[in-house]
Parts: sequence; structure tokens; C-alpha cells
Amino acid sequence: MSRPEDTLYADVHYDDVEARKYTTSSRIQNIQASMTRRALEILDLRTPSLILDIGCGSGLSGEILSSVPEEEGGPHVWIGMDISPSMLDVALQRDVDGDLFLADMGQGVPFRAGSFDAAISISAIQWLCNAESSDTSPATRLSRFFGGLYASLKRGGKVVCQFYPKNDVQKQMITSAAVKAGFGAGLLEDDPETKNMKVYLVLTAGQAVAGKAGDITNVVEGMDGVDVQDNRRKPQKGGRGEIKKGSKLWIIKKKEQMERKGKVVKATSKFTGRKRRVQF
Amino acid sequence: MKVLTLNFLTCAARSCKQSSDSFPLHPKEAELASDDVELNPQLLSNLLPRLDWNALRTTSTELGFPALPEQPPTLEELESDEKTLKDLHSLLMETNLMEGKLVCGHCGHEYAVKEGIANFLLPSHLV
Repeated sequence: MSRPEDTLYADVHYDDVEARKYTTSSRIQNIQASMTRRALEILDLRTPSLILDIGCGSGLSGEILSSVPEEEGGPHVWIGMDISPSMLDVALQRDVDGDLFLADMGQGVPFRAGSFDAAISISAIQWLCNAESSDTSPATRLSRFFGGLYASLKRGGKVVCQFYPKNDVQKQMITSAAVKAGFGAGLLEDDPETKNMKVYLVLTAGQAVAGKAGDITNVVEGMDGVDVQDNRRKPQKGGRGEIKKGSKLWIIKKKEQMERKGKVVKATSKFTGRKRRVQF
Repeated sequence: MKVLTLNFLTCAARSCKQSSDSFPLHPKEAELASDDVELNPQLLSNLLPRLDWNALRTTSTELGFPALPEQPPTLEELESDEKTLKDLHSLLMETNLMEGKLVCGHCGHEYAVKEGIANFLLPSHLV
């Protein structure tokens, strides 16, 4: 499968021709629609909400947000941002309901704190792993994006980002950037280990539902066919927990570390780590 | 761009994040358009606590609308009084900023708005 991310920048790749192709292809439309519905299902919004659509493109996902029927908690109002002018042009011609912005997600999210109920992003955030010029790096772009996103969400807001990670390193990089920004993060994989695998990054900002911990596993709990794999490190209990700095154990540990690095280290004896007697 | 969106939008430059002048952005040479949007009372009552009423008053005066009351309507008022609801709906949801500029009160950066789309791409020295 070809990855446009590897060759070009998003605003260059999605030119007029590519944007039209993308939007008129019924295959892409179907995939986008089903992913948006899945994202909405995870978000579980009960009342009409204000949603941020990151990388909204031609508004394929936004259309679905606006068309959620009343009994399912819609219709939602959305604000979309995208970096490709051609994509936004197609969106204008299609006369979508949401407000559109020409903005780069890697430069942050220009909304004040606590603006949105939720945010979605369909097939976009893998672009953050490419830096456009030498004065930015993927790490800064990721942290700027997730930092801004975290701030602009109301407490308890949820984000679902579907994305196409190139490899496990990218997955790890994106997830850890989100966690660093303060989100509770989890990855949901649909149809794992098939060609149609879809990866959703599910994030919660602050305390989720009242009475439940702000934990991502609670979000997907009770959904059909979801296996929870918790890879988080459990806190170590008792026994050999933390070694006190300056203690004999700590000194021995440090000496071992230095030895492994190939440094010359004095042999450990019964005097190691002992205090010197007070001199007369 | 809806007036509702203007009430959430701040300057994108990092140096402006800390300053209170960067919100709200001030519309200049604005061309407005009115759009028909279906009234959604529940959405408005959801949004009401999150609106910055002072900023909304500033924006609406700058756009040339009659001054809003000093205090935001309470949720009960919104539910009982249809006129308040309709006024708020037509200001927030139906009024669109089509052309013009948005100016940051702190750094003075002008964001161009064309066909309702604001350009928030920053030159690299401002990022």
C-alpha cells in the first residue's frame, strides 16, 4: 500500500486533482463514513454537541456529524480544520454545514480552553509524524497538537482519532505524545491483523463520566466484541520498590551501571557506602 | 464562519496564549451573510454555560448589532422565553462572517477570512 505521507506534505499532496479524486471516490466515501460512524459510537454523545473535526478535508466526516438524527443525540455542530486549500474548496462546493478553517494541526489548536464537547479526526494524525521543514520536528508538532487539543476540550471530553500508523514506532510516538499532554489514551484496533485493520486512538480529557475513573478502558467497556488489553505497568508493591538515593544498595546499583558502560569501578567491599568516622 | 465559532476562537500564536487580549479576535471590514439554520434549543442550552458573554457582547457590537443585555440569560429564561432563544439562535448560528479580517488584540496579526474560511496558517516565526 502506498503511503502519501512518505513522499509529500499534506497541503501539497491534496491538490485540486487529488482532492476531487478523494471526495468523488465512492470507495473512500464508504470507508470514511463507516469510520466516522464507528468514532461516533465510541464518543457516545447523548445531546447535540460542539465537535472539532481535525483534518476535516472535504467534509465527508462532518456531513455525518450534521446528519445524526435527533433520537441519537444529534444533530451536532462541528468546526473543521484542514491544511489543504483544495480540500476546503471542495468542501465549500459541497456546501457543508460546519465552519471551516485553513490551519495546520501541528501549529496547535486556536480555540480557547474548554470549547469543545468532543473531537474527531479521520485519517489525519499520521501526517503529524512528518515535519515539513527543518525548523520543526515531529515531536514538537505532536506535542503542540495534543497540548492545544487537550486545552480546547471541556473536562471529560473525548477524542477519537482514526489514523494509519506506518509501524509500531509511530503508534508509540503518537500515543505517548497524547499521554504527555495529559490525556488518558488507549488504542482500539478493529479487525486486527487483517488488511482492513483500522486503528482508533481514543483519548479522554480529565475525569470522564461521573462515578467512573477517567480511564480509557471504561469508555470501551460494555461495547460488543472489544477485548481489553491493558499494557500499562502496574505499580510495584512492597519488597524491592524504590531504592533510596545515597544508600548502599543505590551505590552498588550505580557502580554496576558504570561497569556495564565500561568505566573503571572500584571493587565493592564491606566499606562501600559507609560513612567516614568523624576526625578529631 | 458563525458568530458562535468567533466566541471560541483565539489567536494561534504561541506568545499570545497567555495574554487575555488575544481573545476575542476583532472582526474588521466584515461582510456578513445570513443563513437559515434549524432551531436547536437543546444545543443552545448546552452551549450557554460555555459562552463567554462579555466576548459575545464585544463581537456583536463590533459587527454592528444592537447591544446585548449585560447579563447572559439563564437556562430557565432560555427555555421559557421563545424570543430570547430565537434572538440568540439567529445571532450565534445564522449570522455568518463571509469576508474580512480577524485581528488579534495582543500581537496584531490579521487572519484573512475568505468565503467564510479563515486562514490560520502561521508564518514560522510566529509559531
